[in-house]
Amino acid sequence: MMWNETMEALSADEMHKLQSIRLKRVVEHVYANTPFYRKKMMEMGITPDDINDIEDIVKLPFTTKDDLRNNYPFGLMAVPMSEIVRIHASSGTTGRPTVVGYTRRDITAWSECLARCFTAYGATKHDLFQVSYGYGLFTGGLGAHYGAEHIGASVIPMSSGNTQKQVQIMHDFGSTALCCTPSYALFIADFIKDSGVPREEFKLKYGIFGAEPWTENMRRELEQKLEIKAYDIYGLSEIAGPGVGFECQCQNGTHLNEDHFYPETIDPVTFEPVKDKEGELVFTHLTKEGMPLLRYRTKDLTRLHYGTCECGRTLVKMDRILGRSDDMLIIRGVNVFPSQIESVILEMPEFEPHYEIYVDRINNLDIMELKVEARPDAYSDNMNDIFALNKKLSSRLNSVLGIAVKVKIVEPRSLERSTGKAKRVFDNRKLK
Amino acid sequence: MIAQQISVFLENKSGRLTEVTSLLGEAGINLTAFSIAENSEFGILRMIVSDPEKAYKILKDAHFAAKLTDVLCLSCPNTPGALAKALKLLSDEGVFFEYMYAFANGETANVIIRPDNIERCITILQEAKLQLLAASDLYRL
Repeated sequence: MMWNETMEALSADEMHKLQSIRLKRVVEHVYANTPFYRKKMMEMGITPDDINDIEDIVKLPFTTKDDLRNNYPFGLMAVPMSEIVRIHASSGTTGRPTVVGYTRRDITAWSECLARCFTAYGATKHDLFQVSYGYGLFTGGLGAHYGAEHIGASVIPMSSGNTQKQVQIMHDFGSTALCCTPSYALFIADFIKDSGVPREEFKLKYGIFGAEPWTENMRRELEQKLEIKAYDIYGLSEIAGPGVGFECQCQNGTHLNEDHFYPETIDPVTFEPVKDKEGELVFTHLTKEGMPLLRYRTKDLTRLHYGTCECGRTLVKMDRILGRSDDMLIIRGVNVFPSQIESVILEMPEFEPHYEIYVDRINNLDIMELKVEARPDAYSDNMNDIFALNKKLSSRLNSVLGIAVKVKIVEPRSLERSTGKAKRVFDNRKLK
Repeated sequence: MIAQQISVFLENKSGRLTEVTSLLGEAGINLTAFSIAENSEFGILRMIVSDPEKAYKILKDAHFAAKLTDVLCLSCPNTPGALAKALKLLSDEGVFFEYMYAFANGETANVIIRPDNIERCITILQEAKLQLLAASDLYRL
């Protein structure tokens, strides 16, 4: 099912034309109304006249999170504040938050993108959406809320937290769709199990999970525990929030709403565009009025695939985000993504998907320690069994990552459960 | 003959042992014997209690990594050489122990053993006329 078949299955030619027209328009808009971009473009010796085709995008300047911070709070708005109807800000824990503004038309376009996502998952106006993303400055809650309303579904604005209430409402109201972070979904799943209420009494059909990277194994885990289909929804507040991209029923990649957000992949070091291999994802707003960004560097690493999907969509697809260029840990010179560690843990049935990674530097040597919970039945009365379990995981991590990881098995339910984005990496090297 | 031992995996964090024993105490469960095997990071608490099934449920509900395991309780006279005699018999027969712990109770000394082959261990001890404590008696000690 498609929400907007015209756009979602547009021919490559037509998409190219549309993107070219829209790019030119947005460049004219920011050149005239955003002093930051006007200055940058003047420094580079380019004007909107140089932008006539989507391919010309490579001439344009990049935008980074720092640019947003330096123009805090409203420096990058391209319309008078009287035109802005909504303001969101990133959940960033360091430095100033990054702020984004939406006009009424931006909100409609964003809701349209989310309507495409939800329709792709099979949701209709007959569904009951439990939105358990945080409501507030974070785009997740209100974003999903408006999108679900846009398709005519009934929305339960739960926000995150108060898990007991979440489960009670899910049960009593008969929620069919759950929107939250995958780590919170796991937490809810455990809660449901503990509640002892039989699964048949719940009507949940699909989970719409995003706002943090998650792995294929985590999907299987969630699908099994909650007995649902679990779909990835991709987004970032700087670009729109959830709904920048979405999975279709094929569950083998994330379609990007490229008529609104033009994606490129670049080499994060040389900034050269890369094709047919992994690179840093970069987005340019094609329709945004409130705060359009040119070539915004997401730090997310992925690969783009063009062509027609089995679902019929022609919207470009990206691989599941493996990690972020800024999430990447460099341990003794080796690049390590937390998602690789998660994959290994989830491959082993003896462990729960709850873990924390600690990095420290002791005697000038980087040390990585992994705290992980075992499944309740994997704990033994015999020391040697625990040692063997520990060894099994550390050997597997060593062979996948290429570095030694000190594994520490901890007690069940001893690691903190998150209701939002889970904090799983503690790099204590920076503090010294 | 075969008794149920309850074991709990515990991280080396202060207060954990107190929590386990308090939970059991509040539920009116008595500890007959226990031992702790430990290294620098974790310990395994092994206990013989008055009601293993109930203790297991209570600890599981509190999310402890609890487990029930079959063990034997060998009862010998509390005299020098009595244990050595029993152990020699078993080792001569090639029975290995994963672990054991003991407690004396007046005239008798009781040894909780976790053999690699529990059925065979029972046969050997019975043939040698050594006393194995019935599970129900053990729980009531």
